[in-house]
Amino acid sequence: MAAFSDLRRSPWFSRGLAIAAIAFAIIFPFLTSEAGATMNTATLALAYVVMALGLNIVVGFAGLLDLGYVAFYAIGSYCVGWFMSDFYSNTTIHLLTSKFAHTLPGIHIFWIFTVLIAMVLCAIAGIIIGLPTLRLRGDYIAIVTLAFGEIVRVFALNGDSIKIGAYQLTNGRQGITAVDAISIPGQLPFSQLNLRPWYWVALGMVLFVLFINLRVRDSRVGRAWIAIREDEVAAASMGVPLVKTKLMAYALGAALGGMAGAFLGSYLTNITSDSFQFSFSIYVLAMIILGGLGSIWGVVLGAVALTYINYNLIPDVLNPVPSDLGLNFQLSDLSFGIFGFLLVIMMVLRPEGLLPERRRKLELADHVGVEDQMIQVQA
Amino acid sequence: MEASTAARPPTTALSTGGSAVRTFANRYGLIVLLLALPVYYGIKDLVDQGNIQPLAQNLFNGLSNGSILALIAVGYTLVYGIIELINFAHGDVFMIGSFVSAGFFATIGLGLTTGTLGIVFGLLLTLIVAMIACGGLNVMIERVAYRPLRSAPKLAPLITAVGMSFVLQNVGLLWLGGSPASVDDLIHAQQNVFTILGVTVQRADLLAFAVTIPLVIVMVGFIQRSRLGKAMRATAQDPEAARLMGISVDTTISLTFLIGGMLAGAAGLTYALYQTTIWYFQGFEAGLLAFTAAVMGGIGNIRGAVLGALIIGCIQQISDNRIGTEWTPAIVFAYLIVIMVFRPQGLVGEETREAG
Repeated sequence: MAAFSDLRRSPWFSRGLAIAAIAFAIIFPFLTSEAGATMNTATLALAYVVMALGLNIVVGFAGLLDLGYVAFYAIGSYCVGWFMSDFYSNTTIHLLTSKFAHTLPGIHIFWIFTVLIAMVLCAIAGIIIGLPTLRLRGDYIAIVTLAFGEIVRVFALNGDSIKIGAYQLTNGRQGITAVDAISIPGQLPFSQLNLRPWYWVALGMVLFVLFINLRVRDSRVGRAWIAIREDEVAAASMGVPLVKTKLMAYALGAALGGMAGAFLGSYLTNITSDSFQFSFSIYVLAMIILGGLGSIWGVVLGAVALTYINYNLIPDVLNPVPSDLGLNFQLSDLSFGIFGFLLVIMMVLRPEGLLPERRRKLELADHVGVEDQMIQVQA
Repeated sequence: MEASTAARPPTTALSTGGSAVRTFANRYGLIVLLLALPVYYGIKDLVDQGNIQPLAQNLFNGLSNGSILALIAVGYTLVYGIIELINFAHGDVFMIGSFVSAGFFATIGLGLTTGTLGIVFGLLLTLIVAMIACGGLNVMIERVAYRPLRSAPKLAPLITAVGMSFVLQNVGLLWLGGSPASVDDLIHAQQNVFTILGVTVQRADLLAFAVTIPLVIVMVGFIQRSRLGKAMRATAQDPEAARLMGISVDTTISLTFLIGGMLAGAAGLTYALYQTTIWYFQGFEAGLLAFTAAVMGGIGNIRGAVLGALIIGCIQQISDNRIGTEWTPAIVFAYLIVIMVFRPQGLVGEETREAG
């Protein structure tokens, strides 16, 4: 036992574990059918990992509770709708698109360029959302970000009545359909019949975002975020530039959300305003709470687990349970109630999450620290 | 987007002006901003019709609508005042209040054929039941979701509050399904009672005032005069010192949640009779409006919450009627953001630790 715990403490153990997990993730598509429900869930799970890692930067690292994260999902998705479909069919722009898309009217831009545009737009939106919250603290930030998320939703919903010339902003409830599939140079066919290429693209995004997260967390900015999260006044007096640091968190978190949004927009092929509800923000928040606020691997686990719960466990496995018990409802209608319940249970019973961040675990385990905080809260 | 364009003047004043302009913007900026919508449409009415009767009608409906919001907003403000928590689930407690009321008066057999006396007594009974149910529910939520986290970092109870809100919404979803359900129009809400200066007063408006005004007066009296009210104010000011003075902080906090929940229950019944449709999402919508109202008035301040709710009600009515229902949330939220940025202490509030 002692030898095992020594092993667990060595840095090579966690590195080995991470490498094994990534290797498994790469070969995973060969273990299941190429267009089955498992592949679909796995691909969505990876996209949500990207999203959750983005939100984790804002909420987990910098401690700014963002309840309007759905805004970036929306903006990212709409970038795909604007630049990768025949939505603006009176304009024709083609840029490095696949042979098929090249024949269609509308704006068709190479997917990676679209992702970059989405990230830039989201980063700007993140800064705009961040600016009014700079003077505020704590729960006021949550409300302002929520309000922004709702404003974005209202614009998405009523976007069909906003026209700039012949260009309308969105297509409202009807949604922008016939979005191009991702195309990357090479022979990988991106279609709904073979989800493996989608999966690998999503995995590539996850690895890229994981790398960014791990490097940024240990960088000067990352340490500044954690300092702000722990004590804003102390951080400021130690020379941490609050405005710049907070805006960095908002911008980076938003850009990653936009990236995931751009992927999901293309993957789900329909960009409708109904997907951008407040509950989506809570869904992503539940992922990082479940995994452990601020813990990168925990967030990955949380995102995968919740996606599995949402797309497989509830609709396929648990759905008949109420009717078996003689109750007349679908469990899948209640999925957000279940997530809400999960949030409450996790916060009350295991606030540090499934795979806690080391620093937070210490804080929560340290009873003296908790006493101190109690006095702070109540004083 | 009146709100966002109207937000410009304070911004430029803040960045370019001297200290006099800055003081002016801080003191009157919000008031100017709030007057922007009514004044604009008032002038428009004058130009179009020669009188401001449509605007007056909007404002009157706004006041009656806002008085329902006031009941909810007071619940937010009381809880925030005492434990500095945005009780996110409060709006959903209000929704449950509507559901309980509708269920209860249907159960005791109140219907369109019941006589006037029966309706009056039946509704009074329903009011009591809804208030007790919602008060109890709110106390229970506090006990389960907030009390265990009182010593935790501040984000924790907010997250459980959001979680509770979703749980309650899904209870509502199970209860009456996903689409709006209609409620018997017991008071003939749309019936005109009288017209004064061109403003039509309907029964629904009178009901809203008849429920809100006495309740708010009783509540303010209770908090100002009674022993328990004093304990509440003391706990809000300094929980540690209150504890040292022999006040049971836990009981006081429970009491606050009880009062907040009871008001939400009353609002729930009023809303059900006023709108004659209820659905599970009403709590989220009204909750955010009421929260905006509480912030606008200065969170923690009861009079401020009532004032804010009346203002938000008017903004909502004007926007519903003139700009379009679908844009109302965006406009109210734009106001919320602008208030947060320029006057986080609200209209009548003093600087709070949190927002200052």
